[in-house]
Amino acid sequence: MSESVEIRLTVNGAAVTRRVDARQSLVDFLREELGLTGTRAGCEHGVCGACTLRLDGAIVRACLLFAAQLDGARVETIEGLSDSGEIADLQAAFHRRNALQCGFCTAGMLVTAAALLRRGGVPSREEIRDFLSGNYCRCTGYCAIIDAVEEACRARAEKASP
Amino acid sequence: MSEQPLSFFDRPNSYIGKSVPRPNAQRLLQGRGVFVDDLRLPRLLHAAFLRSPYAHARIKRIDTAAAARRAGVVRVVTAADLAGLYTPWVGVLTHLKGMKSAPQHPLALDRARWQGEPVAAVAAETRAAAEDALAEIAVEWEELPPLASVEAALAPGAPAIHEALGDNLAFTRTIDAGAVDDAFDRADAVVAETFTFARHTGVCPEPRSILAEFNPADRRLTLYCSSQAPHMMKEIVLRHFPLAEADLRVVCHDVGGSYGIKIHVYPDEMTVIALALMLGRPVKFVADRLESFVSDIHAREHRVAARVAVSKSGEILAIDIDDLTGIGPFSTYPRTSAVEGNQVVNLAGSWYRSPNYRARLRVVFQNKPPMSQYRAVGHPVACAVTEGLVDLAARAIAMDPAELRWRNLIADDAYPWKSPAGLLFEKLSHQRALERMLGMMDYTGLRREQKALRAQGVHRGIGLACFVEITNPGPAFYGVGGAPISAQDGCSLRLEPGGTVTCAISVTEQGQGTETVVAQIVASVLGVALARVRVVTGDTERTPYGGGTWASRGTGIGGEAALQAAKALRANVLTLAGAMLQAAPGGLDIVEGWIVDAGTGARRIGLEEVGRAGYFRGDTLPPGLQPELVATRHHQPRDYPFAFTNGVQASWLELDVETGFVRLLKHWVVEDCGRMVNPLLVDEQIRGGVVQGLGAALFEECLYDAAGQLRNGTLADYLVPMAAEMPDIEVAHLETPLAGTELGAKGVGEAGTAGAPAAVMNAINDALAPFGARVAEQPFTPARILRALGRV
Repeated sequence: MSESVEIRLTVNGAAVTRRVDARQSLVDFLREELGLTGTRAGCEHGVCGACTLRLDGAIVRACLLFAAQLDGARVETIEGLSDSGEIADLQAAFHRRNALQCGFCTAGMLVTAAALLRRGGVPSREEIRDFLSGNYCRCTGYCAIIDAVEEACRARAEKASP
Repeated sequence: MSEQPLSFFDRPNSYIGKSVPRPNAQRLLQGRGVFVDDLRLPRLLHAAFLRSPYAHARIKRIDTAAAARRAGVVRVVTAADLAGLYTPWVGVLTHLKGMKSAPQHPLALDRARWQGEPVAAVAAETRAAAEDALAEIAVEWEELPPLASVEAALAPGAPAIHEALGDNLAFTRTIDAGAVDDAFDRADAVVAETFTFARHTGVCPEPRSILAEFNPADRRLTLYCSSQAPHMMKEIVLRHFPLAEADLRVVCHDVGGSYGIKIHVYPDEMTVIALALMLGRPVKFVADRLESFVSDIHAREHRVAARVAVSKSGEILAIDIDDLTGIGPFSTYPRTSAVEGNQVVNLAGSWYRSPNYRARLRVVFQNKPPMSQYRAVGHPVACAVTEGLVDLAARAIAMDPAELRWRNLIADDAYPWKSPAGLLFEKLSHQRALERMLGMMDYTGLRREQKALRAQGVHRGIGLACFVEITNPGPAFYGVGGAPISAQDGCSLRLEPGGTVTCAISVTEQGQGTETVVAQIVASVLGVALARVRVVTGDTERTPYGGGTWASRGTGIGGEAALQAAKALRANVLTLAGAMLQAAPGGLDIVEGWIVDAGTGARRIGLEEVGRAGYFRGDTLPPGLQPELVATRHHQPRDYPFAFTNGVQASWLELDVETGFVRLLKHWVVEDCGRMVNPLLVDEQIRGGVVQGLGAALFEECLYDAAGQLRNGTLADYLVPMAAEMPDIEVAHLETPLAGTELGAKGVGEAGTAGAPAAVMNAINDALAPFGARVAEQPFTPARILRALGRV
């Protein structure tokens, strides 16, 4: 348990080198070692989706990975996606539509929705619901989230083919 | 210009009634909110808890020596180590006559009374070190027979869970109004049903969290809480720990969902406070998901035997209910665990005209986690029982269920109205709401569609549920019973030298949009842009004293305080501006941050000039004029104990009679919460509330075995509503402003949860009707539906 491992990875575009406990989860690593608290631990068993982030371009649960597995990996968190402006349109749609209340699940929800947006096109509401079905929100009842994602998809699709 | 000045609501630059997005949502959208677990303090310790693995067991011996020796462990404590540091608490309210409960301690003394009760705690340098040490604590247990079910706990000869209390009946109440027996005797039809409501729980996205920072040098304690009621929490801690009032501060930053869960006193959180005082270092505890399931309060657990008497012509003659509810081994402090059941018997049947009503309530101790107030306290139970009976009565006399409701709802012109249980309704709009609903959902069209589909073997159901909702509670709710729970709230406004406004208010934010609504009111009344109002909440040292946000009181009570404070500050500003401009204050107005001539609207000076003169250039002001650029006002409801709202919900769903699966197709809500300050936020309160109700109706259940062991205490096993299963929810409003306040707003947070389970139950039973089957046990799982159909 006390074994430690050195990892070199990229987090939000910046090179990071750290020696980590072999048992430290990725979500704890980001929060405790890097101060990236936007990725949140909601259930720590891979169900609620609050810790969803982007790893080498794919969305994953940060509570189900060990930091020690990430040597050479490329991690993008909500902080990075916000600063790069990549999801500014999605965030604006969430804001207009009030697609969040307490905000605890929001980062995970946005990271998941961003993956759907990257597929292009305008998915049906059903498809959006399916795609987000691994992200738990207790406050909104999901309607506003579906509306906001739909709006962002439509706006991007229109921009892509005017 | 009209003769009458426009009201604050009608001014062209008013934000009241506008769907303004929440300014404070921006930080949450960037992952830059601050929840308790995001705080970083020097020398922070992490607490972890050893919890009872048994529902009922004697603690014969605890050996903590090995745990205490582990690297990184600073202290291991049991109940004995905390003796003398605190006083125990008892969850009773004096106005709930005859109610009893037992003293509760931070850690179980000699007996554990539920699976999950905290027994020992470790404080360590890291959470991992604290959890590792838990495994080294040796406890010698003597298992005792658990009383898990309410029936077992109440059976004659059942041992008392607390010997000193004599038996396991915590509270009982009966209501007998009108002539119930006579009504049943003369009824054309009498229908009975037993409705069962499973235990479920809040599953807040952010688990319960507390960080206690004690500075031994000046004996000051700062609590960072995930809570709805910081002032209450302060008062509670002062009652039970030796601290001076001035030395305790409670701060709530962002709160990751609460819904009532985080308004109670929890023994593990009290232990954290004791640890901080013992160790002189900050101590943090964040519940993990698994321990949340056995340590957060649970909700509901009712069995209600009910019957209704109805005449052939469709008059509901009487309702008679008997509610048996289990609350775990302790009544939760300080709100008690009797209010849930008390609201069931208060509310049931109250939106119908019949004066004949009988109810019995029995609130029972048992060996399960404490049950207490969760969103829509008592409402969903009262609503499902009432509306379930109404549908049964309609079927019994072969009348359309909408028609039966129409004939029995309290008429819109009958107010004020007093219900048989004594509830006072100032002015409600049941008839208009039902009429609106039937139009919005195209009730007759849906009935036609349903009939046509039935012929094709597709089984769809329509369910209606009318309801009332308790909001804006006055001091008769808790304060009168001795709880340190304030029914009033205060708002303090300060004009800054640069012309912006700092607003400190005692109602709190958990994502509902409290801060936005308050800013809208202040900006509108004062006459400034919304962006110029900075709202501060959630800090006992920085806001006026008040109750916080719960029971749908934030807008109705806090909003009125904000409105009155803004009027007062406006008058102060105009007095100063009048002196500066040598004009009568009455001839001036404030519009978009400018002092203007009221008559012409011509801009004279900006608010920043008023601020600068007030703070920096007193030399330019007339002698004797002391600028007062801070104004504080409070509000508490006095005219009525509660501001009731009303509404109706409808569910349209499809039942797969082969699998028992329910597919929600659509859900509608018509709600009357008085004046709406922000319709967008009102709609989202309703939608979120509906989905919590749908979870209770279809998925959520804390499954216990006979030994009192939770069988589904993970998020993989306990089902919550996810996006894929939820329907689109259409919401419409009526606005009957509340009398007695200038704002006229009532609350809206409970309505969705109150009515959704009843609407779904009635829709399922409507779909089941051709099979002669029905269900009354929530949640309505596929297994229960198939059993009702006789297929399993």
